[in-house]
Amino acid sequence: MNFDILIPLLAATVLSGTPVLYATLGEIITEKSGVLNLGVEGVMMLGAFSAFFVAAATGSPWLAFVVAGVVGMLVVSLHGVVCLWFQGNQVVSGLALTLLGSGLANYLGTPYVGTKAPGFSAVALPGLSRIPALGEIFFNHDPLVYLSYLLPPILWFFFHRTGIGLGLRAVGENPAAARAAGLNVQRLRWLGILAGGFFMGLGGACLSLAYTHLWTSSLSGGRGWIAVALVIFAFWRPGRAVFGAWLFGGVMALQLRLQASGAHVSSSLLLMLPYALTVIVLVFSSARRKSNAAPAALGVNVEPGE
Amino acid sequence: MQLQILKRTRRISFSGAVAVFVSAILLSLLFSGILLSLGGTPAVAGFSTLFKGGFGSRWALEDSVLKAIPIFLCSLGVAVAFRLKVWNIGAEGQYALGAIGATGVALAFPDWPSWAVLPLMALSAACAGGIWGLIPALLRQKMHTNEIIVTLMFNYIAVYLLQYLVLGVWRDPNSHGFAVSAAFSDAAIIGPLSDAASVHWGLVHCIVLGILLLLFFRYTRIGYEIKAAGENMNAARYAGIRVDFLVCLVMAISGGLAGWAGFVEVSATVNQLQPSMLVGYGYTAIVVAWLARLNPAGIAVTSFLLAGLRVGVESLQLDLQVPADFGDILEGSILLMVLAAGLFLEYRIVRKGRT
Repeated sequence: MNFDILIPLLAATVLSGTPVLYATLGEIITEKSGVLNLGVEGVMMLGAFSAFFVAAATGSPWLAFVVAGVVGMLVVSLHGVVCLWFQGNQVVSGLALTLLGSGLANYLGTPYVGTKAPGFSAVALPGLSRIPALGEIFFNHDPLVYLSYLLPPILWFFFHRTGIGLGLRAVGENPAAARAAGLNVQRLRWLGILAGGFFMGLGGACLSLAYTHLWTSSLSGGRGWIAVALVIFAFWRPGRAVFGAWLFGGVMALQLRLQASGAHVSSSLLLMLPYALTVIVLVFSSARRKSNAAPAALGVNVEPGE
Repeated sequence: MQLQILKRTRRISFSGAVAVFVSAILLSLLFSGILLSLGGTPAVAGFSTLFKGGFGSRWALEDSVLKAIPIFLCSLGVAVAFRLKVWNIGAEGQYALGAIGATGVALAFPDWPSWAVLPLMALSAACAGGIWGLIPALLRQKMHTNEIIVTLMFNYIAVYLLQYLVLGVWRDPNSHGFAVSAAFSDAAIIGPLSDAASVHWGLVHCIVLGILLLLFFRYTRIGYEIKAAGENMNAARYAGIRVDFLVCLVMAISGGLAGWAGFVEVSATVNQLQPSMLVGYGYTAIVVAWLARLNPAGIAVTSFLLAGLRVGVESLQLDLQVPADFGDILEGSILLMVLAAGLFLEYRIVRKGRT
């Protein structure tokens, strides 16, 4: 393959993988605390819309980015209330959250469909962007991409080297033992839910502020669900999540290129590709039985007073 | 004053349960009413348009029944899977496959009479939907994949498959560029119950399939095993129940019912295959199944109510220019509230010190 084609394609891979990466990392944090949040799609949608709205109103993409994270926290707090306080079923609550979040984002966003908002643009990192090939692929992007490079090591450090991170994992593995060891199970699960929601909101913001600068209905297009799948692919490890997200970014970028090039492949089949790949990847990563990497108490509510 | 949560020792009374549900639904209406007025539509006027549009006239009621038919069938399927705690989120895709399966037969045999073509369409639809449900079940049992994600991805794949077909091999050459298949022959169309009514024979399909399913769960060994295994899968496995088989079976039944819904909808309502028939009935079906606590009679009532909300949202859109996505907000918030309200069915909240 020609390098003139390959390098821009790989750069586009990183760019389109970034929103999914933020969301995947968010879901990893939440699931590590033992809470399954299937509302990622809805949270991303609301994050994307609130970022778009704030950017259009204030002109400040950074403010918009942070607001999207906060909105993400607000939305997932509903999941927290339903599952942690009211003992609701985590699967169904997540589905309801997806329905509510996507509906709300599309509802509020209706007047803005097709309009533009200021967002981030690419900033070449001095020095690094000069590296042949790699510079173009990794270091000629918007700031949100660079930020995403820092997150996996930070999260690794958090999970393995900090008291709170270890506590969060303990609560996800064995809440009863964690409680006996003096940890506050509810509080740590709240932390998992809220921190996760923050990153999911940021993932949505990446979509509307960096990936496109345009608002369209159903902007997320299933990326939230792909993020849920990638958590399994990543065996709940932040580092592996990067490769998963880029794999998807790659397929999405490739699919767009093929459509633009007018290749003789049906566009419907190309659009199907990322979802089909999700299934294939999921099958292979689950069959390796490493899915035991899942937190043992994932999806199990802790009864009040237990 | 400190509050304490205690597990109920006796089951909540029926009126208590009703009170809990009604207040949950009122709370979610309050929430969506606030959103409505934030969007510039007075909440009271909005809800009166919504309820009049959904339930306020003969035409509205008929339309609500028409929309309730596919929702009911999909939801019945979802409930079968949920009963075994298999999370089939794929009713939308299985419904699409059903429509595809039915269309294949209708287009292949345009000269066949109704008595031959309709049963074959139903069979083909149920098989197509059933297989679309069975694949995630097999992947779950053999490869340990998560069925929630696979069924959901299968929804997206089914949407694009349908699109691919109507843009490609099945595209009607006389459609002036629209992505639709050729219209079905009259024989391949499920007709109305009477000349005066718009409600079609699909309603009878719902009643028959609903009763069959009820009998299946009540009187067959496998139906009993599904219920038992749903309570505790490991215990069931230990007791010698073939759980792997049951998972595949419920997913095939589940997909088959959603596929049947696709057949009824494409034949009775749309009369040709077109992407616009995928309007999220499969997702509403999940909400319905959960709200009805997986009980077939409850599913019938709830599908009618949520179908009415959908019809009402349409008139809200026409009369007051409220975006149709308001329907998703309603469904999502009702589900969240009812889910949270479930706590009061299992636990009671008392002042500390009292019991």
